[in-house]
Amino acid sequence: MLNVTIPDPKRAMKLGNTLDPKVVARDVNVYYGEKHALHDVSVDIPDRGVMAFIGPSGCGKSTFLRCINRMNDTIPICRVTGKISIDDEDIYDPALDVVQLRARVGMVFQKPNPFPKSIYENVAYGPRIHGLAANRAELDNIVQSSLEKAALWKEVKDRLNDPGTGLSGGQQQRLCIARAVAVSPEVILMDEPCSALDPIATAKIEELIDELKKNFCIIIVTHSMQQAARVSQRTAFFHLGVLVEEGATSDIFTNPKDQRTQDYITGRFG
Amino acid sequence: MRIDRKPFFAGIMPSLSPRPDAESHTEPTAASTAAAGKPKGEAAPMNEHIVKSYEEELALLDRKIAQMGGLAEHILGQSFDALERRDPQLAEQVVKSDKQIDQLERDIEEQVISMVARRQPLADDLRHVMAALRITTDLERIGDLAKNIAKRALAIAHESHPKPLMTGLRHMGELALAQLKDVLDAYAARDADRALAVWREDENIDSMYNSLFRELLTYMMEDPRNIGLSTHLLFGAKNIERVGDHTTNIAETIHFLVKGTNITDDRPKGDDTSSTLFSKD
Repeated sequence: MLNVTIPDPKRAMKLGNTLDPKVVARDVNVYYGEKHALHDVSVDIPDRGVMAFIGPSGCGKSTFLRCINRMNDTIPICRVTGKISIDDEDIYDPALDVVQLRARVGMVFQKPNPFPKSIYENVAYGPRIHGLAANRAELDNIVQSSLEKAALWKEVKDRLNDPGTGLSGGQQQRLCIARAVAVSPEVILMDEPCSALDPIATAKIEELIDELKKNFCIIIVTHSMQQAARVSQRTAFFHLGVLVEEGATSDIFTNPKDQRTQDYITGRFG
Repeated sequence: MRIDRKPFFAGIMPSLSPRPDAESHTEPTAASTAAAGKPKGEAAPMNEHIVKSYEEELALLDRKIAQMGGLAEHILGQSFDALERRDPQLAEQVVKSDKQIDQLERDIEEQVISMVARRQPLADDLRHVMAALRITTDLERIGDLAKNIAKRALAIAHESHPKPLMTGLRHMGELALAQLKDVLDAYAARDADRALAVWREDENIDSMYNSLFRELLTYMMEDPRNIGLSTHLLFGAKNIERVGDHTTNIAETIHFLVKGTNITDDRPKGDDTSSTLFSKD
């Protein structure tokens, strides 16, 4: 008879049995000046998987996402309390280099925002400033493998010197993903990456997310319930700055526990 | 008519005409409106969907299920009457009515497919449309079984019916009908506990089938000339037992619909005829 003690099973259950999480947040509160935007958010985010944040506009999901690479630092009136760690390392440690953090935690935004430079330079920029390549050949390799990972290589390999802004919306978004991937991040944050794209481009990004999750911890904010259901393994529902419910995606979308989650995902919020 | 079906319709199909038109949508009954708007049980009062036509489609689905359930009950009762009273005309009517049930099944299936495609239902809505799809299949099968009983009634209309056997068959039929009525009420009221009760009760139908099976075997052994009639009655009994099984399926679906989980207990089984051997000792 094995005698196994599970450390605080109730908490493990509450946090979705993610016993080996990549990102751990505990009691995170965010204030924009007087406004208390996020209340005591605690969540474990597993590595090599996709977690979706859903919730109505203004619920705090993007705010929380932006805490994970300290993007909120750029907003002067914004104050963050609580603890967020990546691989047990506190990312709000004053000794931590924020630039290094943002290399570890890449981000893709709602609107594709390639630099007004060539396709090649868009991808090469990050590795170059972080000194990831010793010479041009290595940089070429990084650019190619990043574009391959972003499923864009075949489409752009013959026009790497064309401006990135000349690509289609979906291609631009994949270029931004290639740019994020180029610095070998551990976590990729995606803030509504498909909301400006047509269904085909969206499908390509979702296919890409499926590929990327084998190597990265991906966190995606989306307004499309169906997208959250399609791409993620875990889903967290935010409402009025509170993390209402978090769990396996299939549970959240078939049998949510909280009435607010139920109402939101079925389109009943009044 | 000794099988009293009237109370079975209460709340399900109050205005069931002899030939209900499958295409026309009857006014929502009290039960189905309650089910669509505010489910009972432990669930909190449900807000309405922001998109009203979605709400209406879900309510329509419930009305169709109620209509189909009422119709299945109706022809099942008729098939028992046809068997008992040796009434070929009634039997013919059952065969005809079953077509309406089939039509309703196709109708509900189409609506569910269309709703999945257009609305992408989630959470309780997803369970709602999936449950409707499953229940409609079970009800259609119940309709088929009623039709089969009616056909057997036609086949043995001119044979003499041994009274004790017919009484046993009638009791079994009454129980199956009551169970079906209960499960349809449980659906309308979104009552998982009631569904669970129906699920447990199926054991009684199984054991009645079991004893009828033995009686019919004995009857056949007494005189080989009874074999034709007895076989038809045995299949009739088996059909009723199958109605019970489909009712049980519906109960399981209701439990899933309301609670989001499947019933986990092992269902008590009363039917051991599959392991019973006919011997002359």
